[in-house]
Amino acid sequence: MSAADTLVQLRYRFLPDHVVGEVLSKRWTDNAIPFIALLLTLAVFGSVNPGMFTAFGMYDLAGQIAEFGLLAIALTLVMISGGIDLSIGSVFALCAMTVLTALNVYNLPLPVAVGITLGVGAVCGAINGVLIGYLRLRAFLTTLVTLVMFRSIYEMVLPKFATQIVLGMPDSVVWDELGFGSFLGLPYAFFLSALIALIWHVVLSRSRPGWHIAAVGGARRSAHNAGINVRLVVCLTYVFCGMMVAAAATLFAARLTSVGTDTGLGMEISVLTAVILGGTTLGGGRGSVAKALIGSVIVLILTNGLLQLGVIGTVSALILGVVLLLAVWLDVRWVKNRQKLIDSSYVSPAYIKLTESVNAAENPVYAVNDKLRDVQTIGLGEVEGPEDVAVDRAGNIYSGSRHGEIHRWLAPDFTRHEIFAHIGGGTFGMNFDKDDNLVVCVGGMGLYMVTPEREVVKLTDETSRSLTSVIDDSRIRLADDLDIAPDGRVFFSEASIRYTVHDWPVDMIESRGNGRIICYDPRDKSTKTVLKNRIFPNGIVCLPDGESLLFNETWACRICRYWYDGKKKGQVEIVLDGLPGYPDNINRASDGNYWVCLVGMRGPALDMMMTRPGLRRRMTRRIAPANWIYPNINTGCIIKISATGEVLESLWDKGGVNHPMVTSCKEHEGHLVIGGVSNNRVGRWKIPGADPTWSSPVDYWGAKQ
Amino acid sequence: MSVQAGEQARGSQRKGVSLRFSQEGIVFLLTMLMFVGFSILLPNFLTSGNVIALMRSVSVLGMLALGMSLVVIGRGVDLTMVSTLVVGVVWAVKMANDGMPFGQALFYGGLLVAGFGMVVGLIVAFAEIPPIFTTLAMAPVIFGIGNPFLFKQDTHNAPQGVTWLNELGFGASFGIPNTILVFAAVALVMHLILRYTRFGRSIYAMGDNPAAARLSGLPVRPITVAQYMMTALVAYLVGIVILGSNSGINSRLAYTTLVYDVLLVVVLGGIGLSGGRGGVRNVIVGTLFVGTLLSGMTILNLSLTAQNFIKSLVMLLALIADTVANPRDEQTSQQGDI
Repeated sequence: MSAADTLVQLRYRFLPDHVVGEVLSKRWTDNAIPFIALLLTLAVFGSVNPGMFTAFGMYDLAGQIAEFGLLAIALTLVMISGGIDLSIGSVFALCAMTVLTALNVYNLPLPVAVGITLGVGAVCGAINGVLIGYLRLRAFLTTLVTLVMFRSIYEMVLPKFATQIVLGMPDSVVWDELGFGSFLGLPYAFFLSALIALIWHVVLSRSRPGWHIAAVGGARRSAHNAGINVRLVVCLTYVFCGMMVAAAATLFAARLTSVGTDTGLGMEISVLTAVILGGTTLGGGRGSVAKALIGSVIVLILTNGLLQLGVIGTVSALILGVVLLLAVWLDVRWVKNRQKLIDSSYVSPAYIKLTESVNAAENPVYAVNDKLRDVQTIGLGEVEGPEDVAVDRAGNIYSGSRHGEIHRWLAPDFTRHEIFAHIGGGTFGMNFDKDDNLVVCVGGMGLYMVTPEREVVKLTDETSRSLTSVIDDSRIRLADDLDIAPDGRVFFSEASIRYTVHDWPVDMIESRGNGRIICYDPRDKSTKTVLKNRIFPNGIVCLPDGESLLFNETWACRICRYWYDGKKKGQVEIVLDGLPGYPDNINRASDGNYWVCLVGMRGPALDMMMTRPGLRRRMTRRIAPANWIYPNINTGCIIKISATGEVLESLWDKGGVNHPMVTSCKEHEGHLVIGGVSNNRVGRWKIPGADPTWSSPVDYWGAKQ
Repeated sequence: MSVQAGEQARGSQRKGVSLRFSQEGIVFLLTMLMFVGFSILLPNFLTSGNVIALMRSVSVLGMLALGMSLVVIGRGVDLTMVSTLVVGVVWAVKMANDGMPFGQALFYGGLLVAGFGMVVGLIVAFAEIPPIFTTLAMAPVIFGIGNPFLFKQDTHNAPQGVTWLNELGFGASFGIPNTILVFAAVALVMHLILRYTRFGRSIYAMGDNPAAARLSGLPVRPITVAQYMMTALVAYLVGIVILGSNSGINSRLAYTTLVYDVLLVVVLGGIGLSGGRGGVRNVIVGTLFVGTLLSGMTILNLSLTAQNFIKSLVMLLALIADTVANPRDEQTSQQGDI
């Protein structure tokens, strides 16, 4: 291999394209941009403003974050549900006045005062909520109007109590501690807010009401159709928003013990900036407590920093406005392009140099013949896509189908047919265990078992998650073929963890090694991955030695042997490399050899493309999937190999009449039963000179007593 | 029956329906009631001085509302109008007071204002940020550019010796104050643009269904930019009128809730915020209503705060009426339309 090839191989192996998409599809990447912005703000203002990181600076900042963070969470609630609340500044002022009046003027006990304040916040929120949720007014204008309204109420009431508030003295230690006490150098209010934030985080991300809020904001009509009371949810978000604002106002009042005409003025703009900077989307459906808090810290540091740098009010409003616009712009672009980027980087080709294939001129055993032309056709038109077949002790033939059913054709003439069991997913590899249960690989579902009494039992559908995976790969997506070891362990292949039944040929364009071999142990019902990163591992057959198995790697065109027990436990050896086609299933033959089905034949153009991952990458990004170059999976053949990898004979359907494409075959009493994943029939071919008494269940498990 | 008569019958029928049941008709009736009520109950209301003052204040509001209606019909909104007019006019006045000829200063001010409008339009059209946010964020940005960088004082007197400015503010032609004539002229021009030009019809098409307008080949983005530039220029004209009638301008105007009053006029008049509906007549009706209300409250000697409270109450009622008259359709309303 040339140095250039090596470089290409390393590039596509260690910098795979799909990792970008996988990382982007994680929810936390949504916070990446705001978090970087936070670090930048900290770095810039931390360096120009040395007072920020002193003990007093932190105490002061923590106190402000406590209030501002609550406000940001309040607005986030409303915004996730698809609304907006501009009246929070006015509600804030009203509530701060309420709690101070209750304490200083009327000398009410603290819990009563706080209760009244929360009530005022809830009433203000309920006014917004009824108007917007039930009367379906536009949130923006409505809250703009209630902003003016609440503000004028505040301005009308404030002069009546202003002097008494300043003169009065609440008789409460708790209140003083809340405002001026500290714990570990931080104010109590900070810990109180942190607790409230934590509760909201759990509610929003892990509870039914929280999901309802996001559902309403994400798709109002769908939420309604799903049975969510949309109007109530919208209304309640405003009520809770009002109560959260009241809580923030209480902390503010405890800290400053006075209110003025400018309390809460213009607050809606800075809170809105914080929420949007954090990455909460205008129009709903996306947002979190973490985003709100990140945004709050950025805005607080920004405004405090500008204040201390001596920037005048209008200029700092200008800067805030520009920051708000930039944040919204970035957010709009991010939301618009993220999914596109995930989609376009999904197919992630790797470098693979296939071993040169053997052609018929070099090895006459591959010469095309017409042996499969005279097969007996079973169930023509009655079955769609029998990927694998099985034969029980009585000689009945079983096959899977694309419709998620297991068909049974009854011996001896196979003209009668019944649905043996309905599983529900595309049924692939199948084999009988020692109790005559039919163990089946089901695409998209996992490993299942059908008892002789037709009961469908799930054996397993997940394995252990691999350590280096970015997205969770524990779920089994495409279980393909299985075999059962003498001790009862089921070894099955998962052809690809990235593609499903419907787009499995796309995995060929990647040829990355997305597959794995998994072992299910019925004794302790455990599932674990035994081999990883195989290139579309497909057929599996256990050798009679009880310690090793053969498996096909389809896109690598090779057959390997894996030892699961014994001296060579854990080792893999290539038994046969450079096959002229793509091997699918492998099964035992009566003479101790193995039948291998080639699902399709290789071509030099595609072989060459396998060494050009960049070309394949451009192909997948620039042209429509219908025009991609795919492996030929229309014409194949059956070959017989020995356990050491010697090719003994090949069977073809030259005319392409009955079985041009085969994915599986099983020998039974001198006949070969043939299935194909895109066929509409099962074939039965008489093997010249085969042992007419040999059957697979007997070979595996012995004659029934 | 002749064809003409049939058309007349249909026409009167349509007119009757629209006046009786539309929001516009309701508001017009309320205005008349309020006017009659104030005239009877408030002794000073129907004096000529008050009516002129009413008309004057009303025409400023009305012109701003005409500018606003242009974007609202196109399914947008412009909250930067007041900041724009303040910054543009104050800058022009300051330059004139520093020695530049007033005409030239006004020209530069106009360029600046058009530039602001263009920036807003570009952000809305190309960055695809909802107009309500763009303009909410741009208002402090525009004022922040104005206040420390172009001027620093709050109050600016009109330049001396500009007779036409005085005429504009205080003069009258044919017994009607010039301010009101300017309002009438702007209304007429706006009406002609909206009804009879390709630009005007495109605005209606965009407001009705932006996606359809775009798919049918209308240059949606350039039209959006042009809309915001026109609105900014109308605001600038209003600023000049304010300058004339007050002999000066105070930049603190930008801090008032004037722009919400403008929005109140537009919504009350019956121009739906979902776009594509209404016209100049609606603005005039809305202007008369709000003007009468403000004037009555001023004569009643209500405090500014109480006036704000009543105004916001009326506006809430107007919003509710708007929602009832133009219900939002769950099927077609845009997701995330707030």
